[in-house]
Amino acid sequence: MTSSPPSFSARCLFGQFRPEGSYSSPTDNPEDLRRKAGANRRLFGDELETRLDEVLFASHSHRSATKLALGLEALNRSQQERVLHWAAVAAGTYAEIGYQIATFAPRAFMLLDDGGFDAWVLAGLDAYDRHGGRAAMDLLRDIEGFSAGRNGARPVAKFTDIEARLGRFIQGLAGRPLNLAVGTCAWTDSETIFLPPEQDSLFDAAANRRLYKVQAAILWAQSRFGSFGSASVDLETSLAPWLGKAEEERALIWFAALESVRLEACIAFELSGLATEIAAVRGAWPDSLLPLLPRLFRPQATLSDTLELLPLCLLGGEDAPRLAHAVRFDPAAAQRIRAARILRDMKTVQRAISALKGSSGRSGEHDESLPSLATDAGAYLSLEGEALVLPPEARAAAQSLVQDLGEVPPECLVPAGPGPWQPTEREGGGEDFASDRQADYRYDEWDYRRRAYRKGWCHLFETEVEPGDRAYVAAVRQRHSALIKQIRRRFEMLRGENRMLGRQPEGEEVDLDAVVDAIADRRGGLEPTARLFCRRVRNQRSLAAMFMVDMSGSTKGWVNEAEREALVMLSEAIESLGDAYAIYGFSGWTRTRSDIYRIKRFDEAYDEAVKARIAAVEAKDYTRMGVAIRHLTALLLRQPARHRLLITLSDGRPDDFGDEYRGHYGIEDTRRALQEAREQGVRSYCITIDSHGADYLAHMYGAARFTVLDDVRKLPLKIADIYRRLAS
Amino acid sequence: MNLSPELSQPVDEPYYQPIANEVALFEASHARRLPVLLKGPTGCGKTRFVEYMAWRLKRPLVTVACHDDLTTADLVGRYLIVGNETVWVDGPLTAAVRAGAICYLDEIVEARKDTIVVIHPLADARRVLAVDKRGEMVAAPDSFMLVVSYNPGYQSVLKEIKPSTRQRFVALDFDYPEAAVEAGIVGREGGVDFETARRLVKLGELTRNLKGAGLDEGASTRLLVHAAQLIAAGIEPQAACTAAVARALCDDPDMNGTLDDLVAAVF
Repeated sequence: MTSSPPSFSARCLFGQFRPEGSYSSPTDNPEDLRRKAGANRRLFGDELETRLDEVLFASHSHRSATKLALGLEALNRSQQERVLHWAAVAAGTYAEIGYQIATFAPRAFMLLDDGGFDAWVLAGLDAYDRHGGRAAMDLLRDIEGFSAGRNGARPVAKFTDIEARLGRFIQGLAGRPLNLAVGTCAWTDSETIFLPPEQDSLFDAAANRRLYKVQAAILWAQSRFGSFGSASVDLETSLAPWLGKAEEERALIWFAALESVRLEACIAFELSGLATEIAAVRGAWPDSLLPLLPRLFRPQATLSDTLELLPLCLLGGEDAPRLAHAVRFDPAAAQRIRAARILRDMKTVQRAISALKGSSGRSGEHDESLPSLATDAGAYLSLEGEALVLPPEARAAAQSLVQDLGEVPPECLVPAGPGPWQPTEREGGGEDFASDRQADYRYDEWDYRRRAYRKGWCHLFETEVEPGDRAYVAAVRQRHSALIKQIRRRFEMLRGENRMLGRQPEGEEVDLDAVVDAIADRRGGLEPTARLFCRRVRNQRSLAAMFMVDMSGSTKGWVNEAEREALVMLSEAIESLGDAYAIYGFSGWTRTRSDIYRIKRFDEAYDEAVKARIAAVEAKDYTRMGVAIRHLTALLLRQPARHRLLITLSDGRPDDFGDEYRGHYGIEDTRRALQEAREQGVRSYCITIDSHGADYLAHMYGAARFTVLDDVRKLPLKIADIYRRLAS
Repeated sequence: MNLSPELSQPVDEPYYQPIANEVALFEASHARRLPVLLKGPTGCGKTRFVEYMAWRLKRPLVTVACHDDLTTADLVGRYLIVGNETVWVDGPLTAAVRAGAICYLDEIVEARKDTIVVIHPLADARRVLAVDKRGEMVAAPDSFMLVVSYNPGYQSVLKEIKPSTRQRFVALDFDYPEAAVEAGIVGREGGVDFETARRLVKLGELTRNLKGAGLDEGASTRLLVHAAQLIAAGIEPQAACTAAVARALCDDPDMNGTLDDLVAAVF
């Protein structure tokens, strides 16, 4: 952990870029003022070269900036500064991108305005984050393409723009999870719908967006209306004459086109609005398809109709029809996924049935009569004449089977044998904790230099702390028993209690004092009050507190000891107050492994298990704070409390291994994460023992939102008081 | 002076489409003096069912919408001051017990926990209501019946019904009816033709697929009926569905975009 006071300039504080020429604030430092003298003149080649060397080639001396500087000379000053700024920002990520930006800048400014230039750089950096250096170079080099896309010259619709909305639309249609993903063309393996990264084949962007929607709908319909075969039709056998032959490509295009006709009719029957949109994208039917319409364009048509027509179409020797919304068809891939899914669903249903049967005490017998599935899409099973309600997971699996096969196959209604019902059991399950396992969550991270989020940048893993010494908490309580007693007494006074309010306009009981007064008033000729009742009110504390405990390596020793003791004191205090609270530790090692350690969940009691976990809080790795704040804020938001409080116990500034997190970057990301929390109604507070904390904490948390303790040993003694101040 | 409410029997038959055996179960429970708990999502016909059963059994119906400030006095009754005297006024529950009516506590989980316990002696074999302010035990006549409802779909931990309460009731599950039946209901209640009703039900089904993926609840039968009523009043179907279904379901602009897409897909 570094603890030298950071020196903020106005620029890095707010992460804002201002061209040097526009600095006008009287607080600018002398350096800026000196520059300002010649602020508006453009920089000469040698000046540019010096500055480029500063920002780009601190470590790479094998290339000269002379050529770059010459290229930039022609730009005006504000543009030059913009290039230098972004080149520096990009070089912070990857030096080569900074170099490329400076190289292409003159050309970029011919095509793009200032905003466009910024967007071009950000798109390049984003490409680097997602796909690496090669992708970033390609994007940066293709300035024409970028500019055209930006100016709407090419009416392009992007997958990333429509992904979320289309994903929900498809889920609405399908009722089972169907993923959307980018692919080289539009196709589906019946579990994921792949769509091209962008569409520009139609005349305007709105039409291209609609093309996405229409293709996704057709691909959904392929699974929904049985393009991959059913219990009676095996697709692979039917297509076998062409698969692997020279004819394959043509046959599959014909097949996809015929299916598009049939599926459109199926969709039109149920979703006429969607069918209208499909028809609008499709335009008139190609001539080659017209003779087939009477047979295929009916909601009653099935895959068999398509398969019967297919050989005739192929024999005709005509070229495959071109549909505007054509999708590709890959039976092999789809078949594989579909078979795996059917197997999985069948196992789920079988397990559910054997569990249900087991519970009714007849697991040993073999059935003569197979159970049958009621029409209600798998919600009920009738087994030996008795209606069984499937658990939700099995019901979903049964519904999924109905979509795939048109029915729940009878063989899956034979129970899978003894064994408990385990809905979560899946192939490839039982993963153990390893660094290559999938992250539990992914969070965006704020890059202050780009003034943009890095999408899904941090990989977060949530694990439970291994229980430690069970006697630890008892020992701490013993040591501080006098203090704990005192804390409890003080906190109990804060507890919400029921009170009777007198002289209310309404209430469950008559307030006799008020009635006597009212009668006296009336006798005396005064207007009597109508407030004659008592009402019972309850002062409910509605507060949820989340404690975020620094488990970074720097806490090793005294700090860690103090943190653990503090957690004990806190728990004792809050238990007597009755607030909801949770305790989580955080640590991490680079963005791909941010760890959150569960110590106490909101819904857990302060029991022996929690106490054992408090004892086991230990120093681990680094302090990547932003992602931890984002995750714990999300947990906190699920609490039904009216007030939500996020309290951080820390020993220093944000820090992480390897990358730039320890500098301004980490501070700005943390500040941003806290800002997001505030916007969602979570108030945050920080308790730290870093004596330099005041320098940066005010910036991150706000002036009155933190406490710096000068002696770590005071933490357990003070923490209850701090909480009381915050929560009352 | 008597300020207590007077109860009367429902006259007109409310429209209700039986789905399964719920009518028989309810009648049997009434005959055997058992209280009934109706579970199901919002707007699926629980209240309408109770109204229908009250008409069928020819009993007055007292409905109380529970809320988190509902006190025992609000149910049982209280003294009011009239002139120089206190006058007792029966609360809805007491009035229902005295009249041998059906008392329907809607959304029982919303009520305060200490309020719910007053129904406990009414909901078991004792069948009495203690009016402690008057020192009175009101015995329920055979025709009295207690009905409560709740929506198990809320995921809030605060909105759970205690086992000691729930285990006094015969529980009937309600859900949105099967598509064809629901279309019949929407058509009949909303005054639209069957084809329009069928599309509305399709829309309902699509939104219910999004439950848990951005929506807390899908569109209820009630919302679909609202949309149908707007259509019957001459509003263009897409506009009617946007107003009565899409906007009624959520405020999130992104989600609204998806709902608009679904509306457009159906009409």
